[in-house]
Amino acid sequence: MTEQPFHFRPHNVGRWLVWGGYALVLVLAPLVFSSSLSQTLLSQMGIAIIACLSYNMLLGQGGMLSFGHAVYSGLGGFLAVHALNKVGDGSLHLPVSLVPLVGGLAGLVFAALLGFVTTRKSGTTFAMITLGIGELVYSMSLMLPEFFGGEAGIGTNRVVPPAVLGVSFGPQIQVYWLIALYCFVCTALMFAFTRTPLGRMLNAVRDNPERVAFIGYDTQRVRWFAFIIAGLFAGIAGGLAGINFELATAEVVGAQRSGAYLLFTFLGGSTAFFGPIIGGVLMVLATVVLSELTKAWLLYLGFAFVLMVMYAPAGVAGLVLANLRLAAFGKLRALLPGYLALALAGALAFTGASAMVEMLYHLQLNEALGPVMKFGGVSLDARGAAAWVGAALLLVVGALAFEAARRRLRVRWDAAQADIERELKRREAA
Amino acid sequence: MTDAADRVALELRDVHKRFGRTEIIRGATLKVNAGERVALIGPNGAGKSTLFNLISGRFAPSSGEILLNGARIDGLAPHRINRQGLARSFQVSNLFTHLSVFENLRCAVLWAMGYRYAFWRFLASLRDANERAEQVMAMLRLERRRDVLAMNLTYAEQRALEIGLTIAGGADVLLLDEPTAGMSQSETHRFLQLIREVTVGKTLLTVEHDMGVVFGLADRIAVLVYGEVIAFDTPEAVRADPRVQEAYLGAMAAQDGEA
Repeated sequence: MTEQPFHFRPHNVGRWLVWGGYALVLVLAPLVFSSSLSQTLLSQMGIAIIACLSYNMLLGQGGMLSFGHAVYSGLGGFLAVHALNKVGDGSLHLPVSLVPLVGGLAGLVFAALLGFVTTRKSGTTFAMITLGIGELVYSMSLMLPEFFGGEAGIGTNRVVPPAVLGVSFGPQIQVYWLIALYCFVCTALMFAFTRTPLGRMLNAVRDNPERVAFIGYDTQRVRWFAFIIAGLFAGIAGGLAGINFELATAEVVGAQRSGAYLLFTFLGGSTAFFGPIIGGVLMVLATVVLSELTKAWLLYLGFAFVLMVMYAPAGVAGLVLANLRLAAFGKLRALLPGYLALALAGALAFTGASAMVEMLYHLQLNEALGPVMKFGGVSLDARGAAAWVGAALLLVVGALAFEAARRRLRVRWDAAQADIERELKRREAA
Repeated sequence: MTDAADRVALELRDVHKRFGRTEIIRGATLKVNAGERVALIGPNGAGKSTLFNLISGRFAPSSGEILLNGARIDGLAPHRINRQGLARSFQVSNLFTHLSVFENLRCAVLWAMGYRYAFWRFLASLRDANERAEQVMAMLRLERRRDVLAMNLTYAEQRALEIGLTIAGGADVLLLDEPTAGMSQSETHRFLQLIREVTVGKTLLTVEHDMGVVFGLADRIAVLVYGEVIAFDTPEAVRADPRVQEAYLGAMAAQDGEA
């Protein structure tokens, strides 16, 4: 029996390529996008990636729908900022580069304390308790101004002389390198976690907590330990954010931040390990870039979220994996025209809808500027009937075309999947 | 064998279970010897599943004692009972749906092999756990389905994996809840052979409706009627027992009459 062929590939070439590529992207990104805005965005992306990955330990790997994950990143952020202030006034001797670990430790300790209560339950009850604890901590932030700094928050200064080897953490790019390093190491550690006994049992608890108990495991323990580890990484993300922004305000522990983790982890894809990485990138693009472009950004975001939940519950990562699978079986090419039609129809409908949304926002918020506004290089009269009729027409035509394209694509998609299933059966039988 | 036969692996002493005012188990008493295969039979509603749930820790008994290898286990949590060497299967397959066949089995051996909540070791490096999972997979004849998700298995394969999860941890006392439920005649025959193979040297208590399976598998038969064990003897003796014929067949007749 011991001569069974094993399927383990610990020195898998593909894996080295993927991780090498990931490191390369982290290194090249600030060199390719070198403007100061890009550096700011990239720094925030690195932080968001860690936060979303840690959130997905709960959501995707453990089936725990938490509405309060910002509690752990946020408290990590506050502790890190306080530590940084102590480093600054000389009462604490710690390199600035290790301050995120203070945040991680704080996240871990609070996750151990609060998570002990939270993880006793699963499902809806778990979700409710996390929501309650999130509100509790947020209200504490206004009750304890010494620690949370009240409305203004707690400020800090990440530049603590003397600079070590020329690294002062003054320039944004130096902070980016720190974040990128943490991002890579944390990603690797969280991936490693999925390959451990606890990581696998967490999946088992997600799938079927009842059965887990009958193979010797205490499901509450499994959830609790995973929750603590997720808290550690959330705290590190919070600590990095503290260094990056040199500020921690009550918002960082708030429900809105928790909601953003949930939303973007889901959008990125909670069923694949790399989904939250996409989610983290999307989070920064939406909250920083999209919010600059339009005041109606939350509306678009909500709409995208609803669409995703309805049509692609495995998120962007799920779409990527599904198409890679199609490509592997040579079925992707046949679907491309369908995708193109869907995209064009979608763009048409979206143009119409967003023109109306933007005109509405314009009328509500920019009354003083007059009724004429710019929309993608075109001047629209928000009070004129022509613009509204045109936009509505685009929306209706686009929506009808979209639905038609979607149905046609659906048929082809299902046929392709059926072909793949048959092929798999055939291979298995061979 | 004599030594083993003298040792009681599982004992129920006057076990009662009430749900509200309804008493489902009314003083069940049973002694299963180590290495013995016992079939638990009885008409629908006799409390067979409830009895399994009491023994395996899903529910706590209202009163009475349950002993596993001489130690009290009544009222303990399921995972504690499992750690003391008792594993059970379910009537409706209860698998880790989004994990592969191999991962399912590996999960089932981790605790028994002492890996507990380890997050500092890679699964791939756990030689003994991987070998054990492969070995059980071979016994179940599921090697070719190694990387298929449990939810994509055929019904018979899911039933086999259900048994696999139960035996993988190496528990000495096994409770099988209708292992052949929903199988065709030929599948049942093959499956029975499988159960015999994988439970060699174990103490077995199984709920079964198929009388062919019962008489083919069991050393002794326990008859549960209205929450009481009214007979517990060899298959021949149970078959000849007039009380069993009256109570069991009477209840069956009553059910047929209702149906």
